[in-house]
Amino acid sequence: MDKVETGRRWHDMGGDAAGPVPDAQHDFALWEKRVDALMVLCSGKGHFTVDGLRRVLEDMGEEAFETMTYYERWIASVSQNLVEAGVITQSELATRMEEVAARGPTYGEASGG
Amino acid sequence: MPHDHLSPSGHPYRPDQDHPLTYWQQMEIALRELLIEKGVTTAAEIQSQIEAMDARTPANGAAVVARAWTDPSFREALMADASEATRGMGFDIGPMRLIAVENTAEVHNMIVCTLCSCYPRNLLGLPPDWYKSRAYRSRTVREPRKVLAEFGVELPPGTTVRVHDSTADMRYIVIPARPAGTEGLDAAALAALVTRDSMIGTGLPRQP
Repeated sequence: MDKVETGRRWHDMGGDAAGPVPDAQHDFALWEKRVDALMVLCSGKGHFTVDGLRRVLEDMGEEAFETMTYYERWIASVSQNLVEAGVITQSELATRMEEVAARGPTYGEASGG
Repeated sequence: MPHDHLSPSGHPYRPDQDHPLTYWQQMEIALRELLIEKGVTTAAEIQSQIEAMDARTPANGAAVVARAWTDPSFREALMADASEATRGMGFDIGPMRLIAVENTAEVHNMIVCTLCSCYPRNLLGLPPDWYKSRAYRSRTVREPRKVLAEFGVELPPGTTVRVHDSTADMRYIVIPARPAGTEGLDAAALAALVTRDSMIGTGLPRQP
């Protein structure tokens, strides 16, 4: 939701009131490292820019920020940018996602290791 | 909680491998496979990118800080152009502009990315979860001393606190003040005193 009174968008949160800084930390999972690697490699090869990554993250809105994890939002944005760039199509991605899910119920099984 | 989610060594199992597949993990697998099939990247390239990122730890930044503490001409070069100076130490800094900000008896620096999560990842590795949190992003520019207090850092009232807001193209690293009583230490011993948080500005170096 945009902050109508200030003209700032939701992600422009510097200076807002907020609760204590959370101290929980998790080790990055393999799938998260893979998302990070795909972002670095695809942007490094010129398929999209870090600004493109952020545009989609910002357009996903505040609810996505609150309900999805960091790399969940990143994979959504990386995929969207690659569709826009014509590297993949939405239907290719949807078809492959169904095939992936059919391989097994865990990440290890679905990713083949 | 029963301990049925712990491995025999008492640690949680890797959450990426044995939990139910999520929609977003499904997307990561599918996208990765399509990119490999289309020749955009290879499995080996992805793996080596992951290894390169895993190899970037705060020890890199600590080596930079320790050298700045012990080598006056390096310190001068670092403050003038941190990208160039750290590239000269062999670190892969990429195209971004890196700016070193130095803590002194009078000034304490902190870094934040209010808009997202920009961080000197080439020198410190991936940012900690709290760095990306709404609370840190929102409050650091408004009430840095309260945020510092939550990290256990209490500065003298006369200290100037400067907060630097990062962008995708311009990132900061804090060069903490060298602790007193470290005159006899070499660069390796000094680097061991330099914590990740001391280079974000939410901590101070360890005392020898």
